[in-house]
Amino acid sequence: MMQQHIVSAFTSELEQLSANLLRMGGLAEAMIKDAGRAVVSRDAELAQSVIDRDHEMDRLEQACEREAVRILALRQPMASDLRNVIGSIKLADALERIGDLARNIAVRSIAVGDSDNRAALRGVERMGQAVSRQLQVALDAYARRDAVAALAVVHQDDDIDSHYNALLRAMLVYMVEDPEQLDTRSNFLFIVKNLERIGDHCTNIAKVVHFIATGQPVANDYSKISAAPNKDAPNNEDA
Amino acid sequence: MTDTANTFIASKIECRNVDVFYADKQAIFDVSFNIPDRSVTALIGPSGCGKSTFLRCLNRMNDTIDIARVEGTIMMDGADINASAVDAVLLRSRVGMVFQKPNPFPKSIYDNVAYGARIHGLAATKPALDEIVETSLRRAGLWAEVKDRLTAPGTSLSGGQQQRLCIARAIAIGPEVILMDEPCSALDPIATAKIEELIDELRQRFCIVMVTHSMQQAARVSQRTAFFNEGRLIEIGDTETIFTNPHDQQTQDYITGRFG
Repeated sequence: MMQQHIVSAFTSELEQLSANLLRMGGLAEAMIKDAGRAVVSRDAELAQSVIDRDHEMDRLEQACEREAVRILALRQPMASDLRNVIGSIKLADALERIGDLARNIAVRSIAVGDSDNRAALRGVERMGQAVSRQLQVALDAYARRDAVAALAVVHQDDDIDSHYNALLRAMLVYMVEDPEQLDTRSNFLFIVKNLERIGDHCTNIAKVVHFIATGQPVANDYSKISAAPNKDAPNNEDA
Repeated sequence: MTDTANTFIASKIECRNVDVFYADKQAIFDVSFNIPDRSVTALIGPSGCGKSTFLRCLNRMNDTIDIARVEGTIMMDGADINASAVDAVLLRSRVGMVFQKPNPFPKSIYDNVAYGARIHGLAATKPALDEIVETSLRRAGLWAEVKDRLTAPGTSLSGGQQQRLCIARAIAIGPEVILMDEPCSALDPIATAKIEELIDELRQRFCIVMVTHSMQQAARVSQRTAFFNEGRLIEIGDTETIFTNPHDQQTQDYITGRFG
């Protein structure tokens, strides 16, 4: 781990910022899982608890933003500290968006009505688990400032996308089966779409973690990504 | 030593394997790097790291210290400044210096600026000298404030004005390089901002090398930053790189306030 700052209050402020972000991350993970469960188990009470937790998420995001602005103004962070602070603003934003999307899934889960399509429900549940796992790995990477683990999350996004495409097709078939129920069943489309958006946010979180850890953005071409620490010469990037 | 700077910029000064000794004690160890023309190079590092000692090599100010000895080569425009044929006084007319504390001569504002020009015989007539004084004061951003009291003593000015007077005095003799040793450390933030604005303008025509204890200042005004520690050049690079993503752990620790 990094050496302490000479001004110890600076170190504890940065730690506080990280701790708040990880709290947001834990909250987001639980909201995704519970929103997924609320869809599958038709549990309106659980859905409502997800909706309620979004307020806490908003509050934490504002706290992170305030703390980051305060550190920028009072400590003038440099180098890795600067990346940590700028990164945390971006991470807080992404996590807050994930909270909104999870809340939206919970709202839709109530509107879905009684569904008897077990296959569709299981598909939603599996995708929810996959997305929540992505977030967990991304947050672990953040906690350890681990660029390699962050890159793994970026690579995994293809899996989420194939989940999404398969599920989307299944949902369309499901909707066509019974045009009378189109109204309620169309909610599934939004649920699946929201899960896919959450997956995208997880990828963004992982990219920010990579930037915090190395100072380098993640290249768009995955084959050219290097997780090499920034001590290496720039032309080692293709290794 | 890590050098992440662009190598294609024209160098004004090239330092190769510079060592400096004070009697038996070595203060600078094997420092090599190029200083580009028409830009600001900041030297940063903890107290006693050798950055001021190194700066003083560039106009042979260490010559004035009996026990000091400089080894290695320092080339300016391709010529060795330590060669026996080089007159140190003439060298210092090409390499001006501004110090930490403003040190105007106990003379009028006009004479402070005219002093060097007179010594070096840069003006044949009084109007020519007036011209040099006015241009120098204008370039130092001081003309408007002093034009009506050029006969007042230089020491009657405020600290920030005195420092700009010293900069005017330095540029009056038409130097190519300006060395600044913590030029703002005795000034308030407003006066500091004015000097920084001035430095930013001066770099259009001069090669500026500045020692500063304020990393924020180095970040604000320089294009290249060199980090010294314990007499060694640890890392040099584009200022932006040094302050956002330095390559050396020591640099990282120093600029983020984790040193020692």
